[in-house]
Amino acid sequence: MPEPLSQETISREIAELAARSDGGDHPSRDYPPYRSSGLRHPHRPLVAPPEAYAELRGPVFGASDVTPLDADLTRQHPGEPLGERITVTGRVVDRDGRPVRGQLVEVWQANASGRYPHQRDQHPAPLDPNFTGTGRCLTDDDGRYAFTTIKPGAYPWKNHVNAWRPAHIHFSVFGTAFAQRLVTQMYFPGDPLFPYDPILQSVTDDKARERLVAAYDHELSRPEWSLGYRWDIVLDGPSATWMEEGR
Amino acid sequence: MRPTPSQTVGPFYGYALPFRGGGDLVPPGHPGAVSVHGYVYDGAGDPVPDALLEFWQADEAGNLDGRPGSMRRDDVDGSFAGRDGVTFTGFARVATDLGGHWTLRTVRPGGPPYIAVCVFARGLLHHLYTRVYLEDAGDALLTSLPADRRATLVAAPERDGVFRFDVRLQGEGETVFLDLG
Ligand SMILES: [Fe+3]
Repeated sequence: MPEPLSQETISREIAELAARSDGGDHPSRDYPPYRSSGLRHPHRPLVAPPEAYAELRGPVFGASDVTPLDADLTRQHPGEPLGERITVTGRVVDRDGRPVRGQLVEVWQANASGRYPHQRDQHPAPLDPNFTGTGRCLTDDDGRYAFTTIKPGAYPWKNHVNAWRPAHIHFSVFGTAFAQRLVTQMYFPGDPLFPYDPILQSVTDDKARERLVAAYDHELSRPEWSLGYRWDIVLDGPSATWMEEGR
Repeated sequence: MRPTPSQTVGPFYGYALPFRGGGDLVPPGHPGAVSVHGYVYDGAGDPVPDALLEFWQADEAGNLDGRPGSMRRDDVDGSFAGRDGVTFTGFARVATDLGGHWTLRTVRPGGPPYIAVCVFARGLLHHLYTRVYLEDAGDALLTSLPADRRATLVAAPERDGVFRFDVRLQGEGETVFLDLG
């Protein structure tokens, strides 16, 4: 029997890789502290295609794809979900700061107890009959999205013994080019689980990692109703030269 | 501005991202319809049951403008209404099944002779791009690759209108993944 994998071992690996950070914006696909990455990252370097067409354009979504209720995760069932009601809003922009307009933003998250309505989630925490935890909306002309939901709970997972994910909301975002596609996770400020989590720590650059953490914004909180968080999203690539030269 | 870092899609996207008919860009029996299917494999050669593939392509005339309606909603109860059966949106999304298998039904893209693919999976911290060519188009990317690597991007005809395309994330026969940065 192999030794159970301890947090101490994972934390040591996290520290070693942080010390060797190349300052990149994205995680390395080969990040051993996240054990599942082991067999699921390419060994060969990525190939820059001499030319790209479809990747410089992207799918479009519109009024038919989203209903207004989709952006309020607290109103998808007859009753109110349990938990701390929050709003999350921000802008989707490209690397030049230009708003991404009319594009689809999708979110999914655990309920307040840290449980997903997915049969593979075996966390012995209660499901909430009044909360599914999925939402979608289109960005407005300023690139802005907004969701009303409840604050998700932390949850355990099997990466190592006593592994817990910090509370997070999964985001899926489209840009104007397919090459700008982003799937990521938004975290909540000051979560004590940050240093222990190999998924968040896979972003080894401190400044880049901070960009995954929303800001609490008291101006966005609504009296007697909800707490407000702000989180802006900057989509990467394709580089300006790609777009201009159509390489 | 510095970009927002990527994070894995994780294991639990299945109730949020896939949608009914997500892989059916055209209805059954559509003239000129082709089916493309295959498996996603990990570095041990095992099928990956929790990967999500997205496809984006030109229509038959080579138009890359795209159309809304991939995820059409029912305004009465908010459920997925499905595609309208007429509009070609150019976008498809398919989760692998428990056996690691996926299927796409589409038409041959006009213009650029490939279907762009984006791969997400539990364990994959940053998505990967590749391309499906329905035949060896001999374009600039394919001709730049050695033969064995080139072959990973070309779907194999199985029978009339049916093509096989496997995605190998790592190791022997590893798929060519693209740097679009
Ligand atoms: Fe999660």
